[in-house]
This record gives sequence, structure tokens and C-alpha cells, in this order.
Amino acid sequence: MEVVVFSLLNGLLYGLLLFMLSSGLTLIFSMMGVLNFAHASFYMLGAYLAYAMGGQIGFWPALFLAPVLVGVAGALVERYGLRPVHANGHVAELLFTFGLAYLIEEIVKLFWGKQPVPYRVPDVLSQPIFTLFETTYPAFRVFMMVVALLMFGVLWLLLKRTRAGLMIQAALTHPHMVGHLGHNVPLIFMTVFGIGCALAGLAGVIGGAILVTEPGMAHSLGPIVFVVVVVGGMGSLTGAFVASLLIGMLQTFAIAVGASIGDLLRLVGIPVAPHGELTGITLAQIAPMLPFLLLVLILIFRPRGLMGARET
Amino acid sequence: MWTKIIAAAASVGVMTAFAAHAQTVKIAYIDPLSGPFANVGDQGLKHFEYMANKINEAGGIAGGKKVEIIGLDNKVDAKESLIQFQKAVDQGARFILQGNGSSVAAALVDAVNKHNRRNPDQRVLFLNYAAVDPVFTNDGCSYWHFRFDADADMKMEALTNWLAEQKAIKNVYIIGQDYSFGKAVAAAARSMIAKKRPDVKIVGDELHPLGKVKDFSPYVAKMRAAGTDLVITGNWGPDMSLLVKAAADANFNVPILTYYGGGLGAPTAMGSSAVDRVKQITEFHENVEGAPAALMDDFEKKTSYDLYYWRAKTLMEMLKAAADKAGSTDATAVAAALSGLEHKTELGTVTMRTDNHQLLQPLFISTLSDKVARTVEGTTLGFKTDYRIEADATRTPTTCKMERPS
Amino acid sequence: MTAIDRALPAMRPVGVRSSPLAAVAPWLLGAAILLALPFVFPSRTGFTIMNAIGINVVFALSYNMLLGQGGMLSFGHAVWFGLGGFAAMHMMVAIDKLALPVPVFLLPLVGFAAGLLAGAVLGWPICRRAGTPFAMITLGIGELIAAAGLMFVTVFGGEEGIKGDRVVGPMLFGLDLGPQGGVYWFIAFWVFAAALAMWAFTRTPLGRLSLAVRDNPDRVPFIGYDPQRVRYLVFMVASGFAGLAGGMAAVNYEILTPQIFGALTSGNVLLMAFIGGLGAFYGPILGAVLIVLMQSMLSDYTEGWQLYVGLLFMGLVMFAPGGLASMVEGGARAVRRGDWRERAPAWASGALAFAVLAAGIVLLVELAFRAHGGGALRLAGLTLRPGDAMGWIIGIALVSLGAGLLRLLTRRGHDGDTARPA
Repeated sequence: MEVVVFSLLNGLLYGLLLFMLSSGLTLIFSMMGVLNFAHASFYMLGAYLAYAMGGQIGFWPALFLAPVLVGVAGALVERYGLRPVHANGHVAELLFTFGLAYLIEEIVKLFWGKQPVPYRVPDVLSQPIFTLFETTYPAFRVFMMVVALLMFGVLWLLLKRTRAGLMIQAALTHPHMVGHLGHNVPLIFMTVFGIGCALAGLAGVIGGAILVTEPGMAHSLGPIVFVVVVVGGMGSLTGAFVASLLIGMLQTFAIAVGASIGDLLRLVGIPVAPHGELTGITLAQIAPMLPFLLLVLILIFRPRGLMGARET
Repeated sequence: MWTKIIAAAASVGVMTAFAAHAQTVKIAYIDPLSGPFANVGDQGLKHFEYMANKINEAGGIAGGKKVEIIGLDNKVDAKESLIQFQKAVDQGARFILQGNGSSVAAALVDAVNKHNRRNPDQRVLFLNYAAVDPVFTNDGCSYWHFRFDADADMKMEALTNWLAEQKAIKNVYIIGQDYSFGKAVAAAARSMIAKKRPDVKIVGDELHPLGKVKDFSPYVAKMRAAGTDLVITGNWGPDMSLLVKAAADANFNVPILTYYGGGLGAPTAMGSSAVDRVKQITEFHENVEGAPAALMDDFEKKTSYDLYYWRAKTLMEMLKAAADKAGSTDATAVAAALSGLEHKTELGTVTMRTDNHQLLQPLFISTLSDKVARTVEGTTLGFKTDYRIEADATRTPTTCKMERPS
Repeated sequence: MTAIDRALPAMRPVGVRSSPLAAVAPWLLGAAILLALPFVFPSRTGFTIMNAIGINVVFALSYNMLLGQGGMLSFGHAVWFGLGGFAAMHMMVAIDKLALPVPVFLLPLVGFAAGLLAGAVLGWPICRRAGTPFAMITLGIGELIAAAGLMFVTVFGGEEGIKGDRVVGPMLFGLDLGPQGGVYWFIAFWVFAAALAMWAFTRTPLGRLSLAVRDNPDRVPFIGYDPQRVRYLVFMVASGFAGLAGGMAAVNYEILTPQIFGALTSGNVLLMAFIGGLGAFYGPILGAVLIVLMQSMLSDYTEGWQLYVGLLFMGLVMFAPGGLASMVEGGARAVRRGDWRERAPAWASGALAFAVLAAGIVLLVELAFRAHGGGALRLAGLTLRPGDAMGWIIGIALVSLGAGLLRLLTRRGHDGDTARPA
């Protein structure tokens, strides 16, 4: 019982963290088709900016200002970098973001050095907020959950219920038509990219404090954000949300179970040696790799993803 | 067109990097100087450059030869390290320093063996300052490899000596990164605990992929559920910081015994969450009794790092002693002099074993605390000693069968 | 990802040039370069770097078979490189242990076979998708194999990998593979053989068909072929050649670690192919040369080499998406048309402006790196300190001058502001 409750809670937390990281990418990837390899770099930028500003103006203003700055940076990148490259196709765009990721990491090192920086949450948030079977949960984790849920809610409303959101969706499938209707399509794309980056920045402000703020943080985040977006399905914010939670739960429960592959095989009646090289591998050991397995399986058997509107 | 960039950058570099003298002993430092692990490599390089400077100021080695450290960037990649190794030999380096990544160390040990066999007139020594996989001084040992850090087994030997006296600890949880070092730590912990404290139960023995876990809360939940009194981990970098943070968040107050709790930005990353919780086993920390304050101050002033690799000092001093004794900086002569060499440091006498070329030095178990004289990394935290293990007590049996040059 | 083909300047159908001499000439030139190189760079460093370049040339060419020819963007090409390498490495160990009468010289063939086989097995599910799903599957497979590499110690040797000794077994052509110089001839042979084979592949019906699948998969069925099948076959062959490169790596390095499967290897090969140019057969060769040089040599001189790599990539992607090869092609076209004399001043002034810009950027970056406790920058008798304004002013002046000149030069050509098409 205890294990189940903990795993549910921890899985939810981790899933929401994943959603924060990948919601911006969902927006960019599914709306513009850009495989933004620098997405995690904008996340890192958010963390570092919040750390730098937090020292001057405090955490709360930084929580708002840092994402805005990252968003502006993202919009500038789109306007002066991606837009000229777009005509050369997706591979060119992808490589542009590839190079950008290198660049941002080096710039971060130039400004803040190669060691981790002491970026922490304010004292108010590091207080424990509730206790469950002796395990305390600090307010920060709950705060993160709330922010992630708010992000989801606001984005969803923005896309489905506002004029601007409808225009964005229309511009994706029929850019020329939207252009003929008198809307500024390039501006829409720039805004989408900027907002996507700002969301990554916001995730950085929060994630950087919970995790470790160091120059390798973008690199270590790796391609997990792509997994969320693809598993969730192109163009589906809800899909990304569900995929995040699914991956969070999957990973957390795999750790909690701790059975080995051999145990599982014997459970279904295949007698194998319990501690062979292959059969001795435990679920906990491969837990962080499960999302990638999920990615491959989903793409082979259901390329639309969980809730995607279309194949890519 | 692009060659122009290279040429421009090259000319910049040539001006700054090469001021070589004829009578210079070149020592190649092959470690990551760019990429995600650049911080680790940079810190090590600064240590060796500083120590080399000290030696030069005091008159050099083997009758006045100056030493020069050449930093070569291997990006912690085994293949790239071999390329840099060939470049080092070409530039005239006959001593190789390396420490980060057992895969790199394994590649270098092998490359040095082959190189020395194929080029007996250009022999090279590999001075390993931090790669701690026990294999390099056991089955995979080499006459040309000398290790100046205690290996994973020796540190575990020391840790379990301490554990043997901690009667309150009943349940131990082992967690590590899923690669050779993490597995070596786990294996050593299992066998040595069984020997020295048969009453202690190992309630968890877990491996997780290197650098892939973002939230360690599920692991902490498991530890708590198992009634853990002590966590032993070989984790380093973010994997360790995140583990400690998750434990602090969950108010899980048992000691976490680490190999790398003190270095590489870890105290900064962990912050107050680690106070009185994180212990480390090392050959040095700044509050150790006998640590030379003047040297530490000077080092901090010149490099803006804390003195962390005490063994960098030991290594350079022993290299000097061996070269002086041999009266030569030829690798073969220095190797013969280094093997079995005894050396006095401020912390005690250290010995280079002849049977497997492993340095025996005193080790210390220490706890991160906010009430210490010298703090690290500009934080208010520093380490205080819990326990000292004498050099001789860290001696572990070896399976090394060394091929010596005839 | 239909837009993938927009990145690819249409590959000129091979064999259009009629004279047989014109077809043979590049290969003679290539062979001459391979023969001459050891005399130009006879040092140990020279051989080591050239060997690394050779391996990556084959690897990058095999990647271009996938991307440039087949339109398949892969993030997991390191998998085949690594599997081929480990197969060759195990064979090398076996030659030593069991005293097999197999020459080490032929090990790349083992790598080829292993790559082909692995590509055939894993490629079947992978190739059922095209475009972005294909790219994402390769990303996932790459991550899974990379993780598995560390878990299966008996196959991949764990973190420390598998070691071998290349000086075993019978000698071929009397070539001693001990010294780096000996390995060079081994590498040179295989680079030439593999490049020739891959070029020949582009001329087979399957090679031609893959261009059709890349450009217009919907119409391929009308001429009676299954695009999925074509992709699968091309994928297998590309995997085979990646495995061959892995086999060369096994012999050259005599050690392979599971690191080889990592995203870094896969990313690098993509960069090499793209930087060199996907549109020309020889493009990836240029890319491999440049990237290996930057990686292994530039890092001696500056800790910011990755920053330069990043800048270079972004610059190329933005201003020369056809890669280095497109510049070469442009020059060659002008020579053929005979108007290179008129164009030369524009090129020269462009190169000059670029050099000014690059010098400014390098100066600023180097100063910035030294701002964190580094020493002064000494350059041509000038000593610039990060604390003084002088260096920064010069740097900024150079950058603005270079950028201004470039803008002036390109102003006439075209207006970069194109709206985003569908």
C-alpha cells in the first residue's frame, strides 16, 4: 500500500516535471515541425537567468522575468536564425538548432563558469508542506505540480478558446489561406517559437532549483523531451500531458517493483536461469530506458502517438 | 575558407601555449577540457599546473630540468584519448596524466603497453591520478601504470573498517551507477560487509543508468521502506547531487557514504541539504589535521579552486623524487625508481607498492558540515574528519602478475 | 518530413559527364592524394589524425547513402558502426586466441557483414516508417542500444570495452600493422575501396531508385516498386558500410567501448555529412576531414573549440546549406562556364570580409574565456588583457566591419526575408 501511494505520488511529480519540460517543445514541434534540439538549452538558460536575477531581485520576480527573457531570446532566434533557414528544409533547421545547443552551452560557461551554481528555492518553499508515512514533501514539489497544471490549463484554453489560438492552429495547416485573410503568418510563427522557449525557460526556473543547475544540464536532459512529444502525438497538448504522466508512472513503478526479466519470464511460465546476464537485469535497472522502448514501439505500431491528430 | 579560422585560432594558441625549452620534461594531461565534464578536467589541470610551477620554482627535477604540463582534451572518449596520446608522444611527452573515466584509463593502459612494446626507445609512463577501477592494479595491471588514488576496493576496505565500529548501523542500502565502477563498489561492499559485519543486512542493492535519472524520490522511498540506516553510493556528478537532494526533500536522515561527495562542484550543487548527511572517503580534505594552510591559501588565490586533489601534489613530488633518484627523466629509469618509493607528506608517509604499482596513503572519512574552519567552493560548508585509516590498513590483496621489462 | 528534400540540392544524375576520363579522373586524383599524404604529414600525429579521418570518411559516406540518397534522417547511425566494430574486434581477439589464419587486414569485411546483418534485422521494423517517425525510431533505437551496450558485459566489455591486438594472424601484402604508419596503408586501402563501392552503388538500379523514393515516394509504386522495400535495401547497405567503418576503427584503435553507440557518434556523423554537403558524393569526405581536424587539433589551442564548431555549423546552415561541396561546385561551375574571372573579385572580397568577421569573433571569444582567471592574450606582439577595453574594442570593430562588409556584398543578391511556405 505504502509503496503504491508513494509511487503514484512520485510518478505524478516526475510526470508533471516532464510535462513542464516538453510542453514548449510540443508547441514548437507540432506546430512548426521544427525538431528543436536546443529546447533543453532554453531550459538551461531559464535556470541560469533565474539564478542570476534571483540574487538581485529575488526569486518571485525572477520566476516571471526569466521566462520572458528566454522567450524574447527564442523569438529573436526564430526571426534572425530559423526563418532564413526554413526555406532549406527541416534538416537544415534541425542542424541550426543543433549548433545553437552547442553555442548556448558554451555561452553559459563563459558567463557562469563550468561548475554548478548554488541556485536554490526560497526558504518559504523549502518548508515541508505535508508528511506521508514519515516522508516529507517540501512545498516546492507541490508548487511545481501546481505550475505544471496551470501551464497545461492556460495553454489548452489559449489554443482552443481564444481567437489567437484558432489562428495559430489554422496557420499550421493552411498558412497561405491564413495569410490571404490578412494575418501575419511569420509573426504567428515567431510568437509560437517565443512562447515555446518561454515555457522551457519557466521549466528551467523551477527545474533548475529542484535538480542541479550546471552547464551539462541541457545535455543530460537528452532526448527524453522528444519521447514525450512523439509518444503523446503530434499536435496534441493533451497527448503530451498524458504521455508525461504515463512515462512518469512507468518509470517510478518499474523502480518500485524491482523484479528481474528472468522473474517476469518465469511468471508467465518460461523457465530461465534467474541470474543470467540478460535475465538478471532488473526492471529498476532499465527503468530510465523504458521511455525509449515505448517510443520505438509506439512509432512502429501507432505512429500517430497516443492522441495525435495526424501522422507526421 | 574554414582553414582560416583554424589558422587564426591556431596562431592565437601557438603564441600562448608553446614556450617550450629544450630542457623541459613534458607531461601530457589527457582529460576532458571541453564538453559536459570540462569542469572536472579543468580543475585537475589547474592542480597539476600549480604543482609543476612549485617544482620549477624550487629548481626543477633531475638536476634542474623544468617540468611542463600539456593539457590535451580527450572529451572523455576512449578513441579520442588514443589520438591525443599519439599527439602527446609526438610532442615529446613521456609521462601521461589521466584520471577521469575508467574506460579512458583502460584504453590508455592498453595503448601505453602496446606503445612501449613497439617503441622501446620512446617508452611512456601512465600516471593515473583518479581512475579507481580495481582492475588496473589487479588482473589488468601494467608495469607502466602507476596509480596515486586509492582504488574502489581500498576505499571500501577503509569504509568497512569504520562500519565495523558503528554498531548502531544494521541495514545498509547500496546504490550505484550501472557501469564498471558502480558495479565494483557494490561488489566490494557486499563482500567486505559480509566479512567484517556479518550481522549487517544489505537491504538494497541497486544500479541505475548513468546520468539518466532526474528524480531519485522513488529510490529514496524504497530505501525508507527497507528500513535503511546507511546508504553507500559510488555516484558522482548530478547523479549524486540529485540523490542527496531527494533524500533531503523527503526528510530521510540517514548518512550517505559517498566516494565523491567533496569534489567537482558537488557541495555547491547539494548545498545545505547535504549537511551532516553526506560523508566521503578521500585521501584529503581541507580541514584534515596537518593540511598546510599556507599552500591551500596560495592555491586558492592562484587558481580560484579549492585544493581537492592532494594526490596531485603527492604525484608530482614523487615523480620528482624518482627522477632525482634515477638521475634521469627517462621513463624506464623513472619507473624503476618510482616502484617501491617511499615518500613523506604532511599527512603521513606514503608508499608505491612494487607488486602492483598502487600508492598506499592514509585515507579519511569525513562529513559535510557547516561548522568548520575551511569551507569549500565559496559556500559555508566544509568537511570535518570522522575517522582516519592508516596507509597500511588500506592494503588489499592483489592478483597482479606484472610483466617487467628485462 | 517531405521537406527533407528541400535541403538536398538535386543530385546530378551520375554518369551524365560523357567522357570516361572525366569519370575516372576524380578517382585517380583521390588515389594520388592517398599515396602522397604520408609524405606530407609523416609524423605520428599526422598518421593518427589521417587514420581517424579515413574511418570517418567511410562512416560519413555511408551516412550520406541514407540521408543524401535515400532521404532518411537517422539519429542512430552509430549503432551499425558500433556493431560492425565489435564484430570485427571479437574476430580480432579470436584470431589471437585461436590462431585463426585470417588476416587482420580483412577485418573490415567482418564489420561490413555484421553491419549488414544488424541492419537487416533491426532495419525491418525501422524502415516501415519514413520521415520524422523514422528519425524518431532511430533515436530511440540508438538510446536503447547505447544503454544495452553497458549492460551486456560479455559482448561489449562493459565500460572498459573490448581490447585486441592488431599484430596477429597472417600478414597481407607484407604490411606490418604495428606502427601507425602501417595502419595508414590499411586505412587508405579501405577508404578507397569503400568509397568506390559506394559510388558504384549509386549507379545501380537500386541506387537510382532510392533517389526516386527520396524525391517522390508516392509515384514510385506506379513504376512497379515498393518504396518501403527500396528504403529497407538502401538502409541495409548503408548499415553495412557503417559496419565496415567500425571494423576499420577496431583495427586502428585496438579498443572499442560501448561509448561508440552514443548519441555523440550519431550526431557527429550527421554533422560531417551535412557540413560537407549532402548533394555531392564527395561532400561527406570534406565534412569528415574538417570535423576530425576541429575535434582533435583545435582543442589544443582553445578551450572554446566547441563554440567555434557551433558557430561554424550555424553559419553554414544559414548561408551555405549545400555545405562545403556547394562552394566547390560553384567554383567548378564558374570555371566550366568560363566566367570565373568576373566572379573572382566578389569571392575574394567575400572571403576577406569573412576573415575579418571571423578574426573579430575569435578575438572576442578568446578574451571572454580568459575573463575567468585566465592570462592575457598575446598575439603578433600585442598583449591584450580581458580587463582592458582595448581588446574588446578591436574585437567589436572587426566584427562590425566584417559583418557590414558581408551584408554589403550580399545585399544585391537577394533579400533574406522570405515568408514561411507551407
